[in-house]
Amino acid sequence: MKKLKAFAAPYLVWMAVFIVVPLLMVAYFAFTDEEGHFTLDYIANVGQYTNIFVRSIWLAIIATVICLVLAYPVSFILSRMKKHHQGTMLMIVMLPMWMNFLLRTYAWMTLLGNNGIINNLLGMIGIGPLKLINTEGAVVLGMVYNYLPFMILPLYSVMVKIDKSLIEAASDLGCNPVSTLFRVVVPLSVPGIMSGVTMVFVPAISTFIISRMLGGGSNLLIGDLIEMQFLGNAYNPHLGAGISLVLMVIILLIMTIMNQFNPDDQVLI
Amino acid sequence: MKTLSKVYMGLVLMFLYVPIFVLIVFSFNETKSRSVFSGFTLDWYAKLFRNEVIISSLMNTIIIAVIASIAATLLGTLAAIGINSMRKVPKAIVMNITNMPIVNPEIVTGVSLMLLFVFFAARMNLEFGFVTLVIAHITFDVPYVILNVMPKFRQMDPNLFEAAQDLGCSPFTALRKVILPEIMPGVVSGFLMSFTFSLDDFVISYFTSGSTSQTLPITIYSMTRRKISPEINALSTLIFVVVVIVLVVKHIIETKQEQRNRANGGDEE
Repeated sequence: MKKLKAFAAPYLVWMAVFIVVPLLMVAYFAFTDEEGHFTLDYIANVGQYTNIFVRSIWLAIIATVICLVLAYPVSFILSRMKKHHQGTMLMIVMLPMWMNFLLRTYAWMTLLGNNGIINNLLGMIGIGPLKLINTEGAVVLGMVYNYLPFMILPLYSVMVKIDKSLIEAASDLGCNPVSTLFRVVVPLSVPGIMSGVTMVFVPAISTFIISRMLGGGSNLLIGDLIEMQFLGNAYNPHLGAGISLVLMVIILLIMTIMNQFNPDDQVLI
Repeated sequence: MKTLSKVYMGLVLMFLYVPIFVLIVFSFNETKSRSVFSGFTLDWYAKLFRNEVIISSLMNTIIIAVIASIAATLLGTLAAIGINSMRKVPKAIVMNITNMPIVNPEIVTGVSLMLLFVFFAARMNLEFGFVTLVIAHITFDVPYVILNVMPKFRQMDPNLFEAAQDLGCSPFTALRKVILPEIMPGVVSGFLMSFTFSLDDFVISYFTSGSTSQTLPITIYSMTRRKISPEINALSTLIFVVVVIVLVVKHIIETKQEQRNRANGGDEE
């Protein structure tokens, strides 16, 4: 297949100009001041925001774990359905993803508000009103709701390839359902878990809209911090680039650690 | 399907759909209340259609998504064919860079492209707007196409391509007759994913759009920032209806095709 290599040429040019160069510019901005002189000041300043970094990482981990736990059975049930039902069901599950995520998040603003439906219903049975919106819980909920399909899809596409007879063989050979799950299905679905976790964790750790809409002003995340440096009042692209760089490094580290658990030699990052 | 599975799927679907249905119900609400339904009206829809900002940003969104996803599918499919025939080390390098926009938080991609466009804007006659948006969308779409197509090569017997040539196919015919049918499901899902992400994208567009060219998500964002307006609910309802129609039609066509294939003995894909 060597002759086909040239097909990649247009993309390689695109990749260099619009992926590599912009990222190098982020690095350049992070290490220079307005006059273009080398400085470590902006990177050092990122340290002031450690609490925001810790909060972002923590909330993203919680949201990712919840997504995995919720999505795993969904994908498995989907993958074991009759072939012609699978398509329909997958469509129904993925349909909300086609709605803009701002609208989906806005829907939760409506539900969770102090005068929202949930508090109204709770009020009828004599509870509340509870403080639902502008909490960390609301932010996690928003993340789970928005990114759940990103977990379901990769899991499903791996699981659908697991041969039914492998599962039957396991139980014929004396595995109970639980050990079949953990010794047959889970090991075979690791690549799906890895890409699902990546696809949920990364947007979750860097979101700035969900935190703003559901977290109020008090639950700032890394994303909010970066946005403020580029489009907010605190215009400072050098600090913004510094924060972005640190965020990238954190994500790369976490992904590298995760790759250690991947049995395939395929590269995830 | 066992009862437990059905109950579980029901609960997950409820979680996914209830917020959207609440949004839809309140688009017909007479007052601006988001929790008490006081009477039926279509006023918000009438207001929506008179809102020129929304209509023009909707057009922009569709045009950009179509252009970007088609371009990305072409670029990405060619790239995947090329990358697949590369040697191990260059392949790993290219794939690692390709993964950058996916592993990287959207906000970092957005910010990095913003820095690049600012650089060009200062030196050439580049204005933030339509062109920058299309470039940005293609850039974040292509990796998804490549990542959807590449696994198809892994599932494919690498000798098939050579076997086809040994049996008298020209490389081009072998590509068309052997490789393309094998990777087609990946190409299609890559395209659909690109298109969805382009329609849905807010974060990267937010950093790369100017004041001249807005996409619908950006308009929606500015609407949610201002006071509550049931126009958003009306818009969500319309988007939801369109999504349902598109997906159902697509699904029916696919199911019919499958049935036809099965009737033909399943020898054609």
